[in-house]
Amino acid sequence: MVYLTRKVEFAASHLYHNPALSAEENRRVFGKCNNPHGHGHNYTLEVTIAGEPDPVTGMVLDLKELKEILEREVMQRMDHRFLNYEVAELKGQIPTCENVARVIWNLLEPKIPRGRLHRVRLYESADLFADCYRNGAGSAS
Amino acid sequence: MPKELHVELGRCYRFAASHRLHSAQLSEEENCRIYGKCNNPYGHGHNYIVEVRFSGSVDSATGMIANLAYLDAFVNEHVIEPFDHRSLQDEVPAFLDVVPTTENLCIEIFERLKAFPNAKLEAVRIEETSKNSFEYAGHAKSEVDRGTLP
Repeated sequence: MVYLTRKVEFAASHLYHNPALSAEENRRVFGKCNNPHGHGHNYTLEVTIAGEPDPVTGMVLDLKELKEILEREVMQRMDHRFLNYEVAELKGQIPTCENVARVIWNLLEPKIPRGRLHRVRLYESADLFADCYRNGAGSAS
Repeated sequence: MPKELHVELGRCYRFAASHRLHSAQLSEEENCRIYGKCNNPYGHGHNYIVEVRFSGSVDSATGMIANLAYLDAFVNEHVIEPFDHRSLQDEVPAFLDVVPTTENLCIEIFERLKAFPNAKLEAVRIEETSKNSFEYAGHAKSEVDRGTLP
């Protein structure tokens, strides 16, 4: 098994607010992230595909193809967008790193034509990220 | 879809500390040969970067595996405060008899952080320098490495 990873970066704004909680609870739970005007991040997305290299091309998945999938599914949806208001898949969810990574996983998984999606890692900043896996896999596998 | 998604939260912390690699079980000569410059009796220091990864269900009300404010406070109390700007083998009791290599530092930090009540600790990865990094995922990791677990 070989793992290939492609990285893309996008910039987006968001805010954390749960309408089921009071204004005070929102401030307590989400802190600065509850600022009603929102704030933004430079996100770095790493997408890892697992598979066997094709005997003819030597590729698990053509990186150009993966680049186009990421452009179509992630960049066009999220780059320079306000995640709460402009990304339909996040509707009703708090756009935390965990939830955005999960949404990206669900967008990408059915679109990967060869190999299988192994990991989605989304950095919200250099010091904070979320990883997403399926099939009982985790960082220890 | 087969099986649920597994989501982990990763967070990085930094501390600076000094250490000296010296094993009481080895002769002076062997210590010098094995640890080289790291055996300098006065010690030396690093800017350590500690990456921790926790798994758990993503709370539907908060969208979080764990509230970062709680996690930061826990890591600060159990790792940063006791380690930052310290001499590991002189000031951290765990290293009085254990050589403070970054392998052992990973294990010590894992043992301290696995008590975090709000999520399951998956792994501790430490960058001793930008060129050296080490990772410990507890007992399960070694079983995976030996092929006894999937």
